[in-house]
Amino acid sequence: MLDYITSYLKSDTTPGSAGNMFWAFVYIVLIFLGLSVAVIAMNWLERKILAHMQVRLGPMRVGPHGLLQPIADALKLLIKEDIMPAEADPFVFWVAPLIVVITAFTVFIVVPFGPTHAVTDMNIGVLFMLGVSSLSVLGVVMAGWASNSHYPLMGALRSSAQMVSYEIAMGLAVISAVLMTSLNKEGTGTLSMIGIVQAQQAQHVWFVFKFFPLGLIAFFIFAVAMVAETNRAPFDLPEAESELTAGFHTEYSGFRWSLFFLAEYSAMIAVSSIAVTLWLGGWMRPFPNALDGETWDLVFSLVPGLTFMFLAGITFYSTARMPKHPYFKVQTIGLGGFGAVLALIGVALFVPPVRDRVQDIFWFSAKVAFSMYMYIWYRGTFPRYRFDQLMKVGWKVLLPLGIGVLVLTAIAGIVF
Amino acid sequence: MTDRMAIDRTSHLELEQHEKTFLDSNELIINMGPQHPATHGVLRVILKLDGEKVLGTECVIGYLHRGVEKIAEHRTYTMFNPYVDRMDYVAAVSNGLGYCEAVEKLLNVEAPRRAQYIRVILTELNRLASHMLWLGTHALDIGAITPLFYTFRDREEILKIFEKYCGARLTTHAFRIGGCSYETYDGFEREVKKFLDFVTPKIDEYEELLTTNRIWVERTKDVGKISARECIALGVTGPVLRASGVKWDLRKAQPYAAYSDFDFEIPVGQNGDTYDRYIVRMQEMRQSLRIIDQAIGKIPDGPIMAKVAKVMKPPVGEIYHSIEAPKGELGYFIVSDGSTQPYRVRVRPPSFVNLQALDMMVRGALVADVIAVIGTLDIVLGEVDR
Repeated sequence: MLDYITSYLKSDTTPGSAGNMFWAFVYIVLIFLGLSVAVIAMNWLERKILAHMQVRLGPMRVGPHGLLQPIADALKLLIKEDIMPAEADPFVFWVAPLIVVITAFTVFIVVPFGPTHAVTDMNIGVLFMLGVSSLSVLGVVMAGWASNSHYPLMGALRSSAQMVSYEIAMGLAVISAVLMTSLNKEGTGTLSMIGIVQAQQAQHVWFVFKFFPLGLIAFFIFAVAMVAETNRAPFDLPEAESELTAGFHTEYSGFRWSLFFLAEYSAMIAVSSIAVTLWLGGWMRPFPNALDGETWDLVFSLVPGLTFMFLAGITFYSTARMPKHPYFKVQTIGLGGFGAVLALIGVALFVPPVRDRVQDIFWFSAKVAFSMYMYIWYRGTFPRYRFDQLMKVGWKVLLPLGIGVLVLTAIAGIVF
Repeated sequence: MTDRMAIDRTSHLELEQHEKTFLDSNELIINMGPQHPATHGVLRVILKLDGEKVLGTECVIGYLHRGVEKIAEHRTYTMFNPYVDRMDYVAAVSNGLGYCEAVEKLLNVEAPRRAQYIRVILTELNRLASHMLWLGTHALDIGAITPLFYTFRDREEILKIFEKYCGARLTTHAFRIGGCSYETYDGFEREVKKFLDFVTPKIDEYEELLTTNRIWVERTKDVGKISARECIALGVTGPVLRASGVKWDLRKAQPYAAYSDFDFEIPVGQNGDTYDRYIVRMQEMRQSLRIIDQAIGKIPDGPIMAKVAKVMKPPVGEIYHSIEAPKGELGYFIVSDGSTQPYRVRVRPPSFVNLQALDMMVRGALVADVIAVIGTLDIVLGEVDR
């Protein structure tokens, strides 16, 4: 038994590929927990960042700087009354959020946080991710239909049309990146998520810079399509607040609604990780070519620890700036404790064995976090597209662009 | 009704009769409001839809009816003055100005020059505040959430000036019949000047966010078009009329208060679409700044109240007086029977009249356009329902 557990640690593949169920299960639990924490953190960050873009403070009451607000919200949602409209189709109404949430979480089994840090490495990785994540539209349509109400129905119709049309542009962009993986001696491309990053490693380039500007355009198409795919601003028509009140989940409340919320954010993380894997070099650290060598490797391996130390520093600074009134005593201690935890993580990340194992995960997460920040930024900046304009962008701009990029990439692959 | 409008009407009818869905399914009737995030209060719009396409609308109003006009018949002229602030609560100062001037006309008194200058300054500040609120909510309806907070931040400065002047921020009751209740506070001129310097770059900031924003332009260009003739036929006034190309502004057409002393332009549009209305209102904000800038430099000295009896008994007669409120022509028709209370007060609210154009503007458009058009009409339900 012990041998079974330790034997995996010596191998250099993912648990799924090594056929080790124990470690696969550990990874699944870790990813599930990490994702839940990420969604909670994202909730707080989105509200805070958006608030600061809009000259306001955002949550400030629950915990220091509103740090506990997402937890309070989650608690509130859990203890809310479970309401199902009288005219709704109970089974479909019940199953719709489950489908959305399951698809959003399932895709994470192939997300490569590092060369060995994934649940499994499928040879159809990208296809699996796109296929499973596009199933979520089923849940959305079911939610809109089962609610038996006009606004959700319109939201569901909008979202089905939108998600289906943008998937095509998305697929074309993905194919052009997959095409780039085949530019090796054997001429064999790969759909495996880990294989794609390794191809970028072998070619010494992130695909976003490959065949400039072709890679960049493909990345741009994907970046637009992924926003539309996840129903976020400026493509948030299915839940356009000012038009359809809340779109397909108007009739949902409490825990069911929070499932939709959870699914939306994990879907955002999922598509962002596809973008990171395909174009931004996955787990690779920045500047692998320009700043090459042992010394730079060491410098970059210290960045994760330094980042956490920096965050801890900000937290300590905020702790020092907390009001000195006794009323804020608990909050001040709490914030200080939070800073201490961050600092401890930072210190742990400096220890060489941890450092070597974790920096892949760090760089991957950092790139995904950047993409998530862009999502918030879009939301703070853009007005919402109208339905016909949305379709026009999808079919008349992104699709021809995607085909053009695909053809040109193929030509460039042969010529160069 | 002009010929062209008759033609338009028939085309609408044809639209209803012939353009059915290919499955010949029923139209969708959607009830938007009175509780809806984008109907600016308690407007209820019943939409007849074919998919996303609007076949027709019907407005249901009256959810905020308080019987303001009836109340007037049981109050003295002075007592009714604060009530008018509650009609268009976003532009309370303008409402007060219209009422005070109407009663002054009835009494045949004129406010002193100093009072008139203060009135102009405060009314124009209120126009700015009203347009800022419009811009924020209109942008929010179209999906841009950030401008709302920017405009509210800057509107706050105007409200601070109001608060310092008369103690109230929203329903100001700033003026009295015969002049102003209050003398300007110390540093009023300085603070208004400071505000002008503060707000000019802020308006540039809003324009930077929206005017050339691709999505904003796509969402507003050619949306909710209305021609000048249709506007006039429906009695639509204010920025909506001006955006259709009619240079009609009561401040110029029949100057009241001290407006004839100032040099300003009437911004007009050409297409009469939502984008033009946006541009017209943005330019109006700049013109308001211009007026305030001119007025603040030369407030004359003198009294702020004309000689008005404590108990007002206007001579028997009737009067109609209208001013250019931020939303259009705001008129007061007052009938006096010689007693201390008006016999009848009738208000011509710009929002109510402009709202009539909604149906014409959204037929054949999409659901998202309905939201944009409600926003661009700049209605305040307190004024629609009274």
